[in-house]
Amino acid sequence: MSAAAARPAASGSIAMSRWLRRIRWYLPAVLVFVGTIALWELVVQNIDLRGLPLPAPSEIAGALSDSWGAGRWPIGKAAAATLFEALGGLAIGTFAGVVVAGLTARFVTARELLLPLAIGASAVPIIAFAPLMNNWFGVLNPLSKMMIVAVLVFFPVVVNVTRGLTSVEPAALELMRSYAASDWSILWQVRVPNALPYFFTALKVGSTLALIGAIVGEYFGGSSDVLGRVIVQSASALRFDVTWAAIVVGAVSGIVSYLAIAAVERIVIPWHASQRAGEP
Amino acid sequence: MRQSAGRASPTTPDTVVRIAGVDKTFARDGVVVTTALSGIDLSISRGEFVSLIGPSGCGKSTLLRVIGDLVAPSAGSVEVNGKPAAQARRDRDYGMVFQAPVLFDWRSVEDNVKLPLELMGYDGPRRTARAKEMLDLVELGEFLKHHPYQLSGGMQQRVAIARALSFEPAILLMDEPFGALDEMTRERMNQEVLRIWEATGTTIVFVTHSIPEAVFLSSRVVVMSARPGRITDVIDIDLDRPRGVATREEPRYFQLVTAVREALRRGGMGDELAERMEDGSGASIDRTAAEGGIG
Repeated sequence: MSAAAARPAASGSIAMSRWLRRIRWYLPAVLVFVGTIALWELVVQNIDLRGLPLPAPSEIAGALSDSWGAGRWPIGKAAAATLFEALGGLAIGTFAGVVVAGLTARFVTARELLLPLAIGASAVPIIAFAPLMNNWFGVLNPLSKMMIVAVLVFFPVVVNVTRGLTSVEPAALELMRSYAASDWSILWQVRVPNALPYFFTALKVGSTLALIGAIVGEYFGGSSDVLGRVIVQSASALRFDVTWAAIVVGAVSGIVSYLAIAAVERIVIPWHASQRAGEP
Repeated sequence: MRQSAGRASPTTPDTVVRIAGVDKTFARDGVVVTTALSGIDLSISRGEFVSLIGPSGCGKSTLLRVIGDLVAPSAGSVEVNGKPAAQARRDRDYGMVFQAPVLFDWRSVEDNVKLPLELMGYDGPRRTARAKEMLDLVELGEFLKHHPYQLSGGMQQRVAIARALSFEPAILLMDEPFGALDEMTRERMNQEVLRIWEATGTTIVFVTHSIPEAVFLSSRVVVMSARPGRITDVIDIDLDRPRGVATREEPRYFQLVTAVREALRRGGMGDELAERMEDGSGASIDRTAAEGGIG
């Protein structure tokens, strides 16, 4: 009975020490971040940065709360629209990338044809195609931005997932062959699980690319209630506090999507080495 | 003690593996680059423990893969349980254990053992029962829910053995399964494999480059030599069973270790001679002889 009573207490203290470890892990980064903001505020308030239009963090925060839902640049609404484009494009690009990777992994001819192209294309500054996409899919249509994002995301997904599907231990394939396993079983039991860590790496890279693609796509024109237009228009109106507020919201959206993917990754592939080491 | 090499024993109802005239060459652009196996004849009876031993490049792993239909021979035939090897593979007659455990990190220990059972259509309760039974057999019953990365190398290899035996294959093919383990773990694993072999009565073909391991485990040791890979000797191991720590200290054990070592050396020597003869460089033989290199 005493043992049973002790167990919850013990697991409680384990949970506590885990939290302590986590705090210790994140504390330095949080301190550096808060310190930088404080220093920024101090410098802008006390030193005359003549000619350098840098709003203080407090002014940016003010602009953010003032124009979040109202005014000429409703940042909240704009962020939602941009995030919609980014995530839509991420979904389209990832889906297409996984399909093509599946084909290249399955068919050697497709691999020999497509993989060098994909690797080459991932070195091309694809964002340069943004004006064309605006032209093809309609500058006011969110789909035009989604397609820019999709093309941007597509290549890292193809390259990574193909590598994940094909870089299987030869002995694992021999083992499956000795069981007289079908190609389908080999795909689902060996290749797909093996590719999952590569897939999540691609998705994390893709989530960052998605916001870049959406915002830069918006620079080339489109509906005015999107982050890219808010940034361009507020900057040309010299309302740099609003510009900065929009940039902060864009940055936070990027970080949040990255963390969301990392959280899903933790749930889906807890067995992978990347999930077992490092951060406690 | 020693049988003449290269002659297949007659087929009996107890013959599990029958290899006749097997060659394996690897060619590039139609030109033979390597002769991995040449003129292999070998019969293995039910319940035998046969080791294939030889220097690296002698084709012992290739021979194992030819038996398991993972590599197709260039000539000759392989029959397992009276069927062609390809049919035997489709009938799931083979359990394979490699040098690496090849466990899947995304599956628990139990689920790794269940993988072949899933592929072979065992129902849920039977899968669970077999996995438990096999993991108990390799003394890992406590580790069902662990993941492979939480186990030591020796434990992982025991999971691989449990997995290979889970569906009661007719023959267990082991390719240097303990080659990556330290000497102490290896001796313990040898004992373990013998215990499992005696408990299950499975026929085992075991590739190794360790002479003590081959002698300790086997009922027969097949000695191979390289370039081209061929069988140069077959040595019966008549040590009493059950074998244990004391076996490794018996005079007979040392005699057999020496016999295998000499057979290996003869195979290697013959090989060097053959190569020189092929080159037609008789002079080099004379020179070596003059230097006392041969004989």
